[in-house]
This record gives sequence, structure tokens and C-alpha cells, in this order.
Amino acid sequence: MSELILDNIDNNYVSVIPAAEHSTAAVEESHEHLKYTVETENLAVSFFGREAISDINIKYRSNTITAIIGPSGCGKSTFLRALNFMHDLTPGAIVSGTIKIHGKDISEYDMTDVRRRVGMVFQKPNPFPTMSIYENVVAGLTLHKRHKKSHLDETVEKSLMLAGLWEETKDRLKVSAMALSGGQQQRLCIARTLAINPEIILFDEPTSALDPMSTAKIEETLHILKKDYTIVIVTHNMQQASRVSDYTSFFFLGKLIEHSKTRTIFTSPKQKLTEEYVIGKFG
Amino acid sequence: MTDYYSMIKNNSGRRKIKSRIMLTLCVTAAMLAILPLVYIFFYTTIQGASSLNLEFFTELPKPVGETGGGMANAIVGTLTLVGLGSLFGIPVGIMAGIYVTEYSKSLFANIIKFVTDVLSGIPSIIIGIFAYGVIVIPMQRFSAYAGGFALGLLMIPTVTRITEEMLKLVPHTIREAALALGIPRWKTTIMIVLRTASSGIITGILLAIARAAGETAPLLFTSFGNSFWSSSLDGPIASIPVQIFNYAISPYDEWHRKAWAGAFVLIALVFIVSLIVRLATRNKFSQSA
Repeated sequence: MSELILDNIDNNYVSVIPAAEHSTAAVEESHEHLKYTVETENLAVSFFGREAISDINIKYRSNTITAIIGPSGCGKSTFLRALNFMHDLTPGAIVSGTIKIHGKDISEYDMTDVRRRVGMVFQKPNPFPTMSIYENVVAGLTLHKRHKKSHLDETVEKSLMLAGLWEETKDRLKVSAMALSGGQQQRLCIARTLAINPEIILFDEPTSALDPMSTAKIEETLHILKKDYTIVIVTHNMQQASRVSDYTSFFFLGKLIEHSKTRTIFTSPKQKLTEEYVIGKFG
Repeated sequence: MTDYYSMIKNNSGRRKIKSRIMLTLCVTAAMLAILPLVYIFFYTTIQGASSLNLEFFTELPKPVGETGGGMANAIVGTLTLVGLGSLFGIPVGIMAGIYVTEYSKSLFANIIKFVTDVLSGIPSIIIGIFAYGVIVIPMQRFSAYAGGFALGLLMIPTVTRITEEMLKLVPHTIREAALALGIPRWKTTIMIVLRTASSGIITGILLAIARAAGETAPLLFTSFGNSFWSSSLDGPIASIPVQIFNYAISPYDEWHRKAWAGAFVLIALVFIVSLIVRLATRNKFSQSA
């Protein structure tokens, strides 16, 4: 399976171009559920009748990092939040179109189940202020059902290790999460998301509130996570997009303008708009 | 340049004087606000503590003319009434607060907000009359239930408003974080949001308890008062404020002293309850918020 994925990346496959889609061989189709973790069809989100994004058709492969770039207000975050039902609580928000996870429409899943499969890390670190570091990491587990202490201990160590926070916190797991620095808090939030063992992790500008050192650490973490997860990251920072991602989607005015391999987007984009944005003509 | 500089210098003297005057006014106002409080506290302590002895906590009131006796029944009565009131007022207040902030942005929520505001402005004696009308008259007797109901009603607006304000202070991002972990909404509300706001809500509850413990008017025609131990919650029950009131309007010096002692005990009781609740619900990570 991993070979197949590598193969596809090398093929410079562009999923938004219909021609490419039709050319996929029958063999590939039979493996479709393995390759695409997330697919959207005609996804649109509107707030109080005003359309924020529309016609979003996009497919994400497992074990890849996709960056979403675009100017402010172009619908990047709106799109991301639609993937795990985060618009559910927004007044006036209507989500239409289909989102599939592993080929199955998300309306067939239980809402909380989708959120457990699709984890999310937010722009600002948001640990639970009344909980310790330990409690924060296991919050998603303990508030779901009872777990054995040994299982929780193991999860805490594993998640913090993956998020690159274990060494700094292993001696003070019972300390309040608020005692950590901003960058550490954000890695704690990543660990908290990893603890529920999702398949897809959405990052909504995870480093925009952090210093360069913390940013570097989180980008390092992203590379490690890629081995086991499908990652989608919204970023304002184009260098970051080019550093961390395999694929890049360019959003503009609520539309998906181009989705392609990151190298293609930054060196030879097909759309004029993409090129102008990437070289900094607007945005 | 030099002109500007000298102008600033000239002004700075005048500004300093203005600043002094305003500061003095503010400090005076602060003193005026604190003074009566300190005075009440010390006067009650001096007057009350001197008439206080062990008997006061263990004995029933004695008839006029006999010395000694205490307020044991009233102390237990006040604890009972406040307890009953809390049992009714706190859950209703908290749940109403949760509903208004977390679950409804509708007209209904605004109506609830308006009604709680109005309710908090209603004189407590009116609440007492209401309790008299809905409980005392149908049951055909004064009871601890009626008193507890009246006190509970008085607590609801305070608890609702404080819960609402404290929940509003919990950042939206905390709710999102919890939901994104696949935690169901009701658990998010109770285990995350309410927990984050708990220290503020507890302060509100204590305020409500303190207010209810000191209420006299609504108890006059609900729990009525009792010179003896109450055998059940179904009958009249003594309470410190009512006892103070009865003693204070009497012509006997001995009873006046008892009233002072009662006032002192009431203040001490509220203080002790606050302290216990604070310690019991202390959060190891509570922020100064």
C-alpha cells in the first residue's frame, strides 16, 4: 500500500483535473478506499445565506501533508472546519455537498465519531485551563468512556513523545497546562489530538501565534506524523507551505483555484491567479 | 522647542495638583464605602461576642425573666432553611444560566435574562408573600419547606446571572477544542466549560447563600419561627434572622443582648460556610480569574 502511495505522489497526480480522474485505471479504483482518506464533492458553506465557499472538489491521500494557502477571508478555515462538523455550532451556517471519509459519506457516521477520526489543532493554543498536562492529553479519552490507568499512562507518554513534548514535561505531568509556554501549549494540543488516535489531523494555522523556534519544532512534528496520519494544514506562511507539504491547495474568494503537488504550485502553477499569489502580487 | 518645553513644565505643576485632588476624592469615596462595613463588623463583634457563651449554641430560648438560654434551634433552623433553599435555588439557577449562554440565542433566552433581572429587583417580602400564597395557604400551615422555597427563589437570579457571566468568560476556543476531540456537547458543557468557570460560579453561589441566610422578611410568613426544636420540615421552624428580629423589638435588655449575639453568629456562620465551600471546591489550578 505504501508503495502505491509513493507511486501516486511521484506521478504528479492532480485530483481536481477531471481528465486525470477519468484516466485512473480500474485497479486504482478498486483501491480507492485505501488511497483517499478525505474526499469532498461540491462542498459549499454559507453563513446566513451568504456563500463563503462553494464547489470544492478535492481529494486527500493518506500519509500526505496538504497545505491550504490563500489570502485572508478566502475560505481556507471555513473549508477546514467543515471537515469535522465545526460549523455545527456556528449560527446561520449551512454546509452542503458531500464529504467522504474512507469513501463513506460523513452523514453516515455519528458526529462525535467523525470528530474522533478527524482531529483538529487550532490557531491559538487552547489547552483546558483547569486541567493538568496529563489530564489535558487524556481528556478526549476519559470524557468518552472509562479507560484503564495503564492505558492512559501509555497514551500520555506516546502522544507527548510524538508531539515532541515528552522530555520537557515527563517530570511535571501533574502541573497545570497553563504553566507551559505558548509553543509547548500548542504541542500539548497536538498531543491531545493524537491521544484520541484520529486518522486525519486538521491544522488551522497552528504556528501563526508562535515564535520561529516553536514553529520549527511543530513542523518537525508534522513530518513525523505524516507516517501515520493524513494531514491538512491551513497556513498564511507560504514558506511554511513549501517546507512541509506534499500537496498544496490554493483558495481564492471561496473557490478552489488549484490543487496540485506543492512543487508544481510554487514553480509552475497552471492558473495565472495562483502564480500571482505565489510570487506575491496580491494577498 | 524651548517654548513647548517650558509650557509642559508649567502645566505639569498644575496637573500634579489636579491629580492630587482627584486621588484624594477617590480615596475618600473608598473610605466612605468601607467605613460602615468595618463599623458594623466591629460593633456586632464587640456587642455580640460579649454576650456569647456555650449555652447560646446548645440551649433553647428561655422565657422572659429567666436568664440564660440560647439559640440552638435557630442556628439549626437557619442551616436547614438555607440548605433547603440551596437545594432548590442553586441547581435551577445554574441550569438556567447554562441554558441562556450555551444553548439558546433565541427570544426565549432574552426573556429569561429579563425575568431574572426583574426577579433580582423584587423586594424579598414580596417573594415571601408569593411563597405564602403557593405553599403556606394550600398546606394550611407554616413550614420549613415554604421558607426554603422562598429563600431558593431569592437565590435563583443571583446564581443565574453569575453562571451566565462566568460561562461567557470561558473562551469559545475551549468549547471548540473539546468538541473537536469528539466529546459530546453535554459533556463539554459540564466537564469542560462549567469546570473552567467553576471558581467564579462558586463565588456567586456563596453570595446568594450569604444573602439568603440573612433574609428575615420572606421567612416571617413562611417558616414563621419557633421557640422549640422542630420535629419535621413540615412545621414552623426557627431561624436566626427572625429570632434576632423578635428579640430586637422586645423591651428586655437580656433579649437585646441575645439579638446582638445572634447577629454575630449569623455573620460568623456565613463566613464559615463560605470558607468551607471555598476549601472543599478549591481547584488546584484555579487561575486568579
